[in-house]
Formats: sequence, structure tokens, C-alpha cells
Amino acid sequence: MNLLDPQTIAPWFIKVVGSLGLSAFWTQLIWDVIGSVSLVLFAIVSILFIVWLERKFAARVQDRLGPNRVGPYGLLQTIADTIKLLTKEDITPATADRVSYNIAPILAVFSVFMVMVVIPFAKGVSGADLNVGVLYITAVSSLGIMAALMAGWSSDNKYALIGGFRVVAQLLSYEVPMVMAMVSVVLVSGSMSLQKIVGAQAGGRWFFWVMPAVFLLYLTTALAENERTPFDLLEADSEIVAGYHIEYGGIKFAWFFLTFFLNTLFLASFAATFFLGGWRGPFAEQVPILGFVYYFLKTTLVIFFMMWVRATWPRLRIDQMMSFAWKVLVPTSLVLVMITAIILKLGLSPFWETGLLLISNLAVILVVLGFLGRALRLGIERPKRRVVA
Amino acid sequence: MVMRVVFVVVSLFTLVMAFMVVSHPTLFSSALYLVATFLGVAGLYVLLEADFLAVVQVMIYVGAVSILIIFAIMLSRGMMGKRTSSHNRQAKWVALASLLLAILLLYFITVLMRWPAVQAGPVPAGAIQMLGQDLVGRYVVPFEVASVLLLVALVGAIVLAREREI
Amino acid sequence: MWLPEPTADHEDMFMPISYLPLLILFVIILLFAIVAIGFPTLLGPRRTSKIKVEPYESGLTPFVSPRRRFPIHYYMTAVLFMIFDVEVIFLFPWAVLAKKLKVFGLVEIGLFFLILIIGYIYAWRKDAFTWER
Repeated sequence: MNLLDPQTIAPWFIKVVGSLGLSAFWTQLIWDVIGSVSLVLFAIVSILFIVWLERKFAARVQDRLGPNRVGPYGLLQTIADTIKLLTKEDITPATADRVSYNIAPILAVFSVFMVMVVIPFAKGVSGADLNVGVLYITAVSSLGIMAALMAGWSSDNKYALIGGFRVVAQLLSYEVPMVMAMVSVVLVSGSMSLQKIVGAQAGGRWFFWVMPAVFLLYLTTALAENERTPFDLLEADSEIVAGYHIEYGGIKFAWFFLTFFLNTLFLASFAATFFLGGWRGPFAEQVPILGFVYYFLKTTLVIFFMMWVRATWPRLRIDQMMSFAWKVLVPTSLVLVMITAIILKLGLSPFWETGLLLISNLAVILVVLGFLGRALRLGIERPKRRVVA
Repeated sequence: MVMRVVFVVVSLFTLVMAFMVVSHPTLFSSALYLVATFLGVAGLYVLLEADFLAVVQVMIYVGAVSILIIFAIMLSRGMMGKRTSSHNRQAKWVALASLLLAILLLYFITVLMRWPAVQAGPVPAGAIQMLGQDLVGRYVVPFEVASVLLLVALVGAIVLAREREI
Repeated sequence: MWLPEPTADHEDMFMPISYLPLLILFVIILLFAIVAIGFPTLLGPRRTSKIKVEPYESGLTPFVSPRRRFPIHYYMTAVLFMIFDVEVIFLFPWAVLAKKLKVFGLVEIGLFFLILIIGYIYAWRKDAFTWER
């Protein structure tokens, strides 16, 4: 075993356990159990940290102190919160539909946890490098939409129901441009496997440099899919209190909370994987353990960006949000896919191909911003009548 | 051995959920059980090593079709929370008749029919590439017709939803 | 009888090995979920009252079920989403090998796109994307 190369750990483990006399199947099973448990633990520990980071960061941006009582710099605050939530009373509203009320938080967490199995952490290190990786991500995430709908309906509460339906409409609308952005990435890399997508970004040719417009598109939709500002309509406290999880308390609320931050983590890591080269960086090929470091650095960078937006931006109205998705992002994403496909078909040398993609992407950004600015100046987006639901 | 256990668990899950769909008194819950049924079918596809099909099943049926069904339910008057009985007086006889029919069909399908034996082998590595190749090669006409079908569906939905203005 | 007998070399493998981690992660998350949901029912206090299990409605007593009819925009959004979702499903197998295809492949996808863009423009003209109404 070479500790600097995490790829060698699995064969080493299988050899050691295999020498104890277990069959290949059981060895593989034990290894997978260890892997899955460590994935879950990794996610939970990073969530504890990210929640603290977000609270501290937002506090600093808004000139507050943030958590500072429990532990040094308030680092243990989230652990204290978790213990508090774990020991709370378990309440189910009398009129709620018991089955779906209890399954909804499980399904929500489930949909985000299952996604992380395809994340490439380092060279050759991922839970399962699926051939349909990109599609798998979108498919499993759609379970989360179902969870929001179930939670909203089963609570038997007006705010929950309206919040649930709102969030479903939002997630559906922003999923279209997000998946289209992924199509562009698949077009350039020629594979749906996430390891191969990272592999296609060799030599500093990160897709961020190749397709900045697609990256921006992905980031915008990621903010919306994560229900973050400026798309955090489900948390519009002044309108619908807390959205679909209003009736949830204690551990079940904690699960929705966990889902939110897990979503942040995974959307950021997919941004890093698709556009920022994943585990790639100087010497990541020679010393694969460095891949973890680069992966974490890039993911944290994207998470910081999302926190920054959340701490500073106001919230959109629902009609603005929906027409932004359908009238701006969807056509932009369609145009980007077409442009990418055409440029790839021109048969240019890699240098000119990259250059042309970059130029066309920049042009798309300029054109879209120009149209958007003009529309806003003309006040086209102003609603004629108010909407209730 | 393990494969069989997984197969039996997944199929039983699918069947039980499908039964709940038709027997649950609340329409909304029926729709949720339908989602579970779709997931079970996706599990069966995974067991058949049809990963693309499984993913598509989850993405289209769970992600889009069931949400469409749920939105349609909540559009309709008084269907959201009301409990309606899904049985009538003939339920017993119908159950008996369908059971008989099911046994008969199973007998035909599993015992009488001589299915052509297909050599079970590993799924080729580039299955998705082959699918794409066929989509733009051999099956290009159905592929384009599919887009026309989508267009018709879109226009139809808009016409129905915005009836008064036309 | 009703389950195919596995052949000898297939006995130990129970599914493509790349899906084994998925199944195991599935089981582990399920266990984790059950434990975490069950934990507070054992530990937490149990003092229910009639008021406590009422749906929250800013302090008012709810007198009508919230499960009423909803506006049609939601349905429209779902229809639009489904159509684009199906389109994406067709796009992915093409995108994987777009580099290897000849120009004709691009033309076919262009036609596919064009038909959908017609639908998109129609939807826009019919104000299907406008939320208020």
C-alpha cells in the first residue's frame, strides 16, 4: 500500500482480507460497507463545519459576531444544536398524513446522500464511477422534489402546501437549464462518467476557461436548486413562514436542514467537478492524495461564493423567478448547447476549438446581460396583477 | 443467491406498492404509492443491468410524470384530501376474475410459451454510445417523430390550459 | 421454477459490481435514517396536548382544509418541464458521441431542436411562461 496513492488502498485491503479466507464477494462487500460508512460520516462532519462557516460568514458580512459561545470561535455550536434537535419532542400534527409525513424527511436526505456516490474525490477514487453519472445525478435529485411535495401535502397546513408547490415549481423550472448545462459539459468531454469528465480537463484546460457562460448558468441554477438567495422563496418568512417544513420539528426538521446543506455541498462539488477540474491541480497526477486537497479547495471556493450571494442579495418575486428561468435561462442554455455542438463539429485544432468556445461563451454572456438590462430598463418584467399562490 | 434475494425484495416491493395505488382511499396517497412503484421498476432495470433505462425511469416517471399527476389531482375540485372508497359492490367478483385471469396468463407466459433463448452475457461497455448511434442512425425517423410528439403534447397542454383565450 | 437458475460462474456475482456500492449505500442510509428518526422518540419528552398537534396557522384556529384547488400555472410548469426533460433524455446519448458523429448527426439534432424551439416560441407567445394571470 502506498499511502500517497489512495487508489492502492482498495486492492491492498482486498488482498489482506482475502488472505483471511473470505471469498471475493464478501471482501468486496466489507470494503463497500467501509466506504459507504466513511462517505456518510464525511458528509455529516463537513455539514457540521459548513453550517458553522455559513453562520460565521454571514455574521461577518453583516457586521455581527455570529456563534461565539460554544467552543473556540463557536466551532462546537452546530454540535450543540444537533444534540438539542436530537432530544426534542417528536410531534406529528393531528391531521397530518402519518406515512408520508414521516417518510418525506427521510426521502429528502436520501436523495442527496445517494448522489455523493459518484463524486470523484481524487484520481480513481469515487464511490462508484457510473457510466451514466451525470444522468444519475439529475435522476436522484428529482427524488428530492418528491420529498418536498410529500412534506408540503402531508402536513395539512396552508403555508406548507403553498411552500411545497412553490418549491416544486421552482426546482422543476431550474432543472431544465441545469441539465442543459450538463449536456454542454458532456458534449465537450464526450462522456457521462464523472471521472472521465475530470479526465477531459487535463493540462489546465478546465471547462471554466472553455465555457464560462455554461459555468455561470450552472452556478445560477445551482443557487435555485439549492433554494438559496436570491431564489429562496420557500423561506420567504413574511409570506409563507417556513415553507414546506413548517410543521416539522426536532430531528425531522434537522433532516430537512441537513438536506439543505448537503445540497450546497454536492452542488458545489459538482461545479468543481464539471468546471474547475475536480481533483486536478499541480502534481495531482503524480501524488494522487493531493487530489483530495484540490477537490476540497475548489468545492470550498464555490461554497464561499454561494454564501457570499446569500449574505448580500435580496430575494426575487415568484413571477420574476419563474420568467427568469423560462425566458432567460432556458433559451440561453439551448443556444449554448447548439453553439458547442457546432464548434465541436468544425474540426479545428484543440487550441482554436477552445478559443472559439471561449469567445462564443463570452459573447453569449454579453448578449444575455444586454437583453436582461434592456428588459429591466423597459420594465417588461413588472407584473400587471398580483398573484396569491 | 444474493441476487435472488434482492430480486424478490424489489419485485415484492413493486407489487405491494402497485396494490396500494389501486386500493388506497386518498387519491393523493395513491399518487405517492405510484411513485414508489416507479422506483421499484427502476430497481428491476438496475438488476437487468440496464442502467440508462433505470436512470431514465427515475428521471421521467418519478421526476416528471408523477409530479404532473399530482398537479393534475390538485387542479381538480375537491380531490385533494377527500377519502373516496376505491371499491364498489362488485369488487369481490372482479378480484376473483382478475386473479383467475392472472393465473391463466402466468401459466401461458411461463409454461406454455416457448420463448427464444437469449444468451445472457455482459452488457457491452459502450451501451450508451450504441444507443446514441442508433438514435441518429437506424432509428432517426422515430427520433424526429418523437420531437414532433413532444411539440404536439406541448401545444395540446397549452390549448387545454388556456382554453378561454382561443 | 419461476426464478432462472443462476449458472455456476454467475453464482457469486449478484449484479454489476459497479452497482454494489449503490445498494450498500442505500441500505446504510436507510439504517441511519431509521436510527436517527427513532432516536428522539426514545429520548425526547412526550407531553402532547390538543393545541400542540394542531397545524400552525399564526395563532389562529384553522377552520378549513388547506387542500384546496391550486392555480393552473403549476400544472403548466410541470408539463413544460416534462417536455424538456424528455428532450434532454434524447440529447444525452447523442452528446456522448457527438464528437464522433458526422455532420449529418448534427443536422438531425438541429432538426430535433428546431421542432422543439417552435413549441417553445408557441408557449412563449401564448404566455405559458408568465406566472401572473
